Amino acid sequence: MDGPQLSWYLALSAILFTIGVVGVIIKRNVIAMFMCIELMLNAVNLTFVAFSSYFRDVTGQLFVFIVMTVAAAEAAVGLGIIITIFRNRESLDVDEASVLKL
Amino acid sequence: MSETNLLSLIIFAPLTGAAINWFMGRRVRSEKFIGAVACGAVAISTIVAFYLAFKPDGALQSEAPLLDHLWTWIQVGKFRADFGLAMDRLSGVYSLFVTFVAFLIHVFAVGYMRGDKGFYRFFAYLNLFMFSMLTLVLADNFLLMFVGWEGVGLCSYLLIGYYFDRNEAGDAAKKAFITNRVGDWGFVMGIMLVFTMTGSISFFEKSAYGVTSALQTINALTPDPFAWHMLWAGGITTIAIFLFIGATGKSAQIPLFVWLPDAMAGPTPVSALIHAATMVTAGVYMIVRCNAIFSHAPTAMFIVAIIGAATALFAATIGLAQNDIKKVLAYSTISQLGYMFLACGLGAFVAAIFHVITHAFFKALLFLGSGSVIDGMHHEQDMRRMGGLKKYMPITFATMLMGWLAICGIPIWAGFFSKDEILWKTWSATALGANAAALPNGAAKALWIVGAITALLTAVYMTRLMVMTFWGAERFREAVTHDDQPGHHGEEHPYAVHEPHESGWLMTVPLIVLAVLSTIGGFIGVSYALGSLVSSHPTNYLERTLEPVLASPAGETPTGEVRWLSPPPAPHDGEPAAAIIGTRQSSAEIHSAEEVLHERLLALTSVLIALAGVGLGFAIYSKRPLLQMPSLLNNKYYVDEVYDATVVNPIKSGSREVLWKFFDQEVIDGLLHALGRTVTEVGGLVRYLQIGFVRTYAAIILFGALALIGVFSYYGVRILLR
Repeated sequence: MDGPQLSWYLALSAILFTIGVVGVIIKRNVIAMFMCIELMLNAVNLTFVAFSSYFRDVTGQLFVFIVMTVAAAEAAVGLGIIITIFRNRESLDVDEASVLKL
Repeated sequence: MSETNLLSLIIFAPLTGAAINWFMGRRVRSEKFIGAVACGAVAISTIVAFYLAFKPDGALQSEAPLLDHLWTWIQVGKFRADFGLAMDRLSGVYSLFVTFVAFLIHVFAVGYMRGDKGFYRFFAYLNLFMFSMLTLVLADNFLLMFVGWEGVGLCSYLLIGYYFDRNEAGDAAKKAFITNRVGDWGFVMGIMLVFTMTGSISFFEKSAYGVTSALQTINALTPDPFAWHMLWAGGITTIAIFLFIGATGKSAQIPLFVWLPDAMAGPTPVSALIHAATMVTAGVYMIVRCNAIFSHAPTAMFIVAIIGAATALFAATIGLAQNDIKKVLAYSTISQLGYMFLACGLGAFVAAIFHVITHAFFKALLFLGSGSVIDGMHHEQDMRRMGGLKKYMPITFATMLMGWLAICGIPIWAGFFSKDEILWKTWSATALGANAAALPNGAAKALWIVGAITALLTAVYMTRLMVMTFWGAERFREAVTHDDQPGHHGEEHPYAVHEPHESGWLMTVPLIVLAVLSTIGGFIGVSYALGSLVSSHPTNYLERTLEPVLASPAGETPTGEVRWLSPPPAPHDGEPAAAIIGTRQSSAEIHSAEEVLHERLLALTSVLIALAGVGLGFAIYSKRPLLQMPSLLNNKYYVDEVYDATVVNPIKSGSREVLWKFFDQEVIDGLLHALGRTVTEVGGLVRYLQIGFVRTYAAIILFGALALIGVFSYYGVRILLR
């Protein structure tokens, strides 16, 4: 065995991603949902970096930059929305933000 | 030939009159104007018809019909129907009396309908009826004749139901139309079969338009044998039976006669025009027009004869027991129509047309006379409340006397000659149709007996009518209650004894004219045997005019004479053929002395039967005018009740229970409701897509992503592994 294999990184990334997905669906706290979304994004970052190292191609790392930027922007906007909703409803329960339902 | 465009004037003058009265009549409000327009339109038709018939080389003299092709109506593949008119000898003769009698009835109606609120409507309908009837008569193909056929049915409905505020009028109108419709089914089947068999539905050949004559084509085929299975074999006999079914509907024969007595709910001029003189004879006209078809179908002819005779007797027995003056005349009409069909069935087409003509005269006279009586009696129609009217209504009495003598068959009045000719042709019939199929043994004599009994009954019930109305005690002076008056139309009078009065000249002059016609009208068709009693060269004008266009009864074809059916087998249409008739043998050679003697004896028998009937009527009814007739007859053998129970009510309850409650409400509506419910259910599921529930959105995104990944990986692996 010569060092960690690619497949380990990929497996870890998959596990993290799945945890993130499940968390988005299950969690009722908006902040927790956001943290899970960040977790998903980071899992994907890990995948990109793993492949970049394995194929010795720098494109993967470039893409990580982009993903990180987008994640940051999206987190800013999302948190702004959450703060506004919190101000209106005094609750961070996402089930209660369902005014658009039938 | 620009002259024959006059033919279209015959039918379009009444149509124009109807249009004028319909659109302008309500505003004009002048009875004189409306009456003048209506009568004038029919007068124009009459004058043109007479001119076209009697002019030199007119319809009654020329061998070829006068044709007037107005426009091509339908032309699809081989099927062609033109709006074209044709006046040949048969339709020429027919249009003469139809227009003239109709004119007299229009004049009468102007007097009879005075003061009625719907005066303009009545005359618009009446003129529309004339348009339809003349289209029927002058049509040159089956389909246009059917248009006229339907048109007269429509106008009959409109006119029977003229007093639309009375339930029984509306019911009677519907009954008439629906019963006619049943017959029309047969007629249309017949037309379609004619087209299938011959490729044409035209009566006449019009080579300039590429139209062949269906009748000539059928005439050239071999006649069907006399066998019952021919009725459904799909050949000429089937066509004939279908056409006859149509005729039974329109001309009120068994089993479709039930509408005609109820049709008396309409105004009396309507009963006279439509249900006595013209519309009901349309069936006879159609059969005579199609005599080529019938003479090739002896089985059908036999059935026609049997039904005609049966109807004649059946209706006569019912007429004997009716108390409403118009109902007696209605059943009398059915009975006389039976005679006409009997004649057609035995191949005596000329005799049938003769009886149509004389019947038009005397039946119209009797109906109009009864209208005059009803009007003079302030709308009383029950004969039990009449009596002794002859001194109050002398002109009506005298004219109805003529009509009575005519219908009973007393010589020299018109009815005698025509009825006697039918009876003679019945007695002497030996074979049917063009191939002289033998009649069953004794059938002719049996039919004659039925006809003779009917003649006796006719004389009896007509005498009863005359006695109850004009002679005897003045029963209208007795106080009676109003409860038992079913047919009391018009304004309700507070009951006082109204003096009956004679009618004005508008009503009596037509009566007089018709009385004259009923007296002398028979002389157009005196048969040889009778005419030779008084003259050495008797001419049967009607027979001479119609013979070349009609098939003659089997076994009676004189030799040396070419017979054809309209038009003659000429190369050009509208022109007489080059070599027409061979030398015509003198009448004396055609009729053997023995035959003549038999005919004279039979005529004597007819006269004796008629006189016996009259005598019997006087003997019984002048003593006891209110004699109660058997209730079976009075209730018309409960035919209407039987029809109600077997046909009408099953259809009504079948429609209500099965078709409406089950099929419409449960199946069709159920289908619709199920469809709606399905849409609602599916919608209920689909709405989860937009539920507003964020986590559901996340889940859906996840599943969508998984699906995409699955698809891509599946195809990717396939590519990799290839």
